[in-house]
Amino acid sequence: MTKNKSHIVLKTQDLTIGYASKKAKTVISSNINIELHKGELVGLIGANGIGKSTLLRTLTNVQRKLDGSITINNTILENYSNINLAKALSLVLTEPLGSKNLTVFELVALGRQPYTNWVGSLTKEDFQIINQCLLQTNIDDLKYKKCYELSDGQLQKVMIARALVQDTDLIILDEPTTHLDMYHKAYILKLLQKLAKETNKTILFSSHEIDLAIQLCDTLIVMTKDTVIIDQPSNLIEKGTFNDLFPKDLIVFDDNTGSFRVKK
Amino acid sequence: MTETKTYKLPFLILLLVLLLSFCTNISLGSVFIPFKDVFNGLIGNPTGNESWQHIIHEYRLPKAFTAIIVGSGLGISGLLMQTLFRNPLAGPFVLGITSGSSLGVALLIMGASIFGGTLAGILTSKWSIVIAASLGSFIVLLIVLIISNKVRDTMAILIIGLMFGSITTATVSVLSFFSSAEELQQYVFWGFGSIGNLTWYELFIFFIIYTIGILMSLVSIKALNTLLLGENYAKSLGLNLKTSRLFIIIATSLLAGTITAFAGPIVFIGLAIPHLTRQVFNTSNHKILLPAVFLFGAIIMLICDTIAQLPSSDLTLPINAITSLIGAPVIIWLLVRKRKMMF
Repeated sequence: MTKNKSHIVLKTQDLTIGYASKKAKTVISSNINIELHKGELVGLIGANGIGKSTLLRTLTNVQRKLDGSITINNTILENYSNINLAKALSLVLTEPLGSKNLTVFELVALGRQPYTNWVGSLTKEDFQIINQCLLQTNIDDLKYKKCYELSDGQLQKVMIARALVQDTDLIILDEPTTHLDMYHKAYILKLLQKLAKETNKTILFSSHEIDLAIQLCDTLIVMTKDTVIIDQPSNLIEKGTFNDLFPKDLIVFDDNTGSFRVKK
Repeated sequence: MTETKTYKLPFLILLLVLLLSFCTNISLGSVFIPFKDVFNGLIGNPTGNESWQHIIHEYRLPKAFTAIIVGSGLGISGLLMQTLFRNPLAGPFVLGITSGSSLGVALLIMGASIFGGTLAGILTSKWSIVIAASLGSFIVLLIVLIISNKVRDTMAILIIGLMFGSITTATVSVLSFFSSAEELQQYVFWGFGSIGNLTWYELFIFFIIYTIGILMSLVSIKALNTLLLGENYAKSLGLNLKTSRLFIIIATSLLAGTITAFAGPIVFIGLAIPHLTRQVFNTSNHKILLPAVFLFGAIIMLICDTIAQLPSSDLTLPINAITSLIGAPVIIWLLVRKRKMMF
């Protein structure tokens, strides 16, 4: 594997995720060992309720891990200050925006917050980065539109641009393709692939679009009940990992087409 | 840079309107004073009548300044609350902050008799009212904050604020049952709201606390803008959520609390001014909104006070009635016209 030599952006060792209350620990998944490299597009797939969101929440320090370690750029996640983590990791979440009365430019510009002064004034360099990111995500023409005027697909592009502007090595997206039509699902994921290549950032996203993820991602993280497997899509197909993803009574994975079909 | 509008012209117009309403406010009152003499009185020249000088300096001028402080302060605290809770209905009144002040004052005025004779005299002085009102608002805000940390639903927080209003009303009725007519009257008069009876010294103390609140709001501009994205995004942008939230809450309670303490519970200004401002300044950027709300609040309050004076008559209407009469229709009109409240 040549990839191992390239720079590791995110690494987990024997990570255990779940919920801890005073009484008991609820383990959702354990023994998670993943390594994400620079410039990789990584998809996280698995059935509903398997713990994709919990894993992403743990990786982004929203939720506490139960055991093991997470390192971003060779620094342990817990050792990051808020502001330094904001310079290493940016997010696109499923939660709705607090206010949609911002223009696209203003919203994207908020991504520069970790770098701006106490009132958040933008410097010439900030303007340059923002405009470049608007071009990269093909939303330059939407610049002056208000966010409430946008379609779901456009808004998702804007949120990706905002994360891009934050200029971090790692971007994590939680289900960026929900609520989108088939064309825009493919469009967004294709855009992510392009951005990973162009900017050499590591992009990790969770998704239910398994067939699209197989076609576009460099690496896939597959979460099943018992294990978390990380590998290249072609290897995963060979190993038959996708066959175990869902209960087998309704749908089966077709190795030839790389997609699921309904059992007749 | 063309990416963000600077709104120079609206700001200039607002500034002129502020100046105009300030002059109108001190020119009109129960005693008619010619404008020329008002102007002379302002710059210290002798006026046509000794008592005019006194009226302008000791009564109208402090009142006009109080109006500016009250209007701008309540407007800004409303803006801070609306952004913090990401709810267009939020404001110092709806969140129960004003109720907290009222409860503090009610307990003080009507509860003082429980402590008996001499102590009651000390307790009901003006300064103790100010302290009781500030304490009341701060405690309620603290409770709202603690609850908002536990309850994620912002609607629940608003309902809790309204519940505080009910608790206040109930406590006041219980207290009024046991208190004397005088005490009850004192409380009711405080409840009407008044910006007219502050001395220069009181105004000075008022201004200092107000300035601290305003400065804290200015420091929070960046945090407020980040909060527009929602709390999780704000956190991912490196914002220290707990500190910023506490800062905003303290700024609000300083502003709303002291204003209620000095001028009584003035309703609707806190809620209505930010919405009115957003009609003219179609932006959510707090760098623009904050100064705009300041100007709008000051102007509206000056106008309300001018109306409350009922120029050329001896009567003065309670300021609270005027702000409600203006504030409520404005909110209704905005809702009917836009059908949706943006913030």
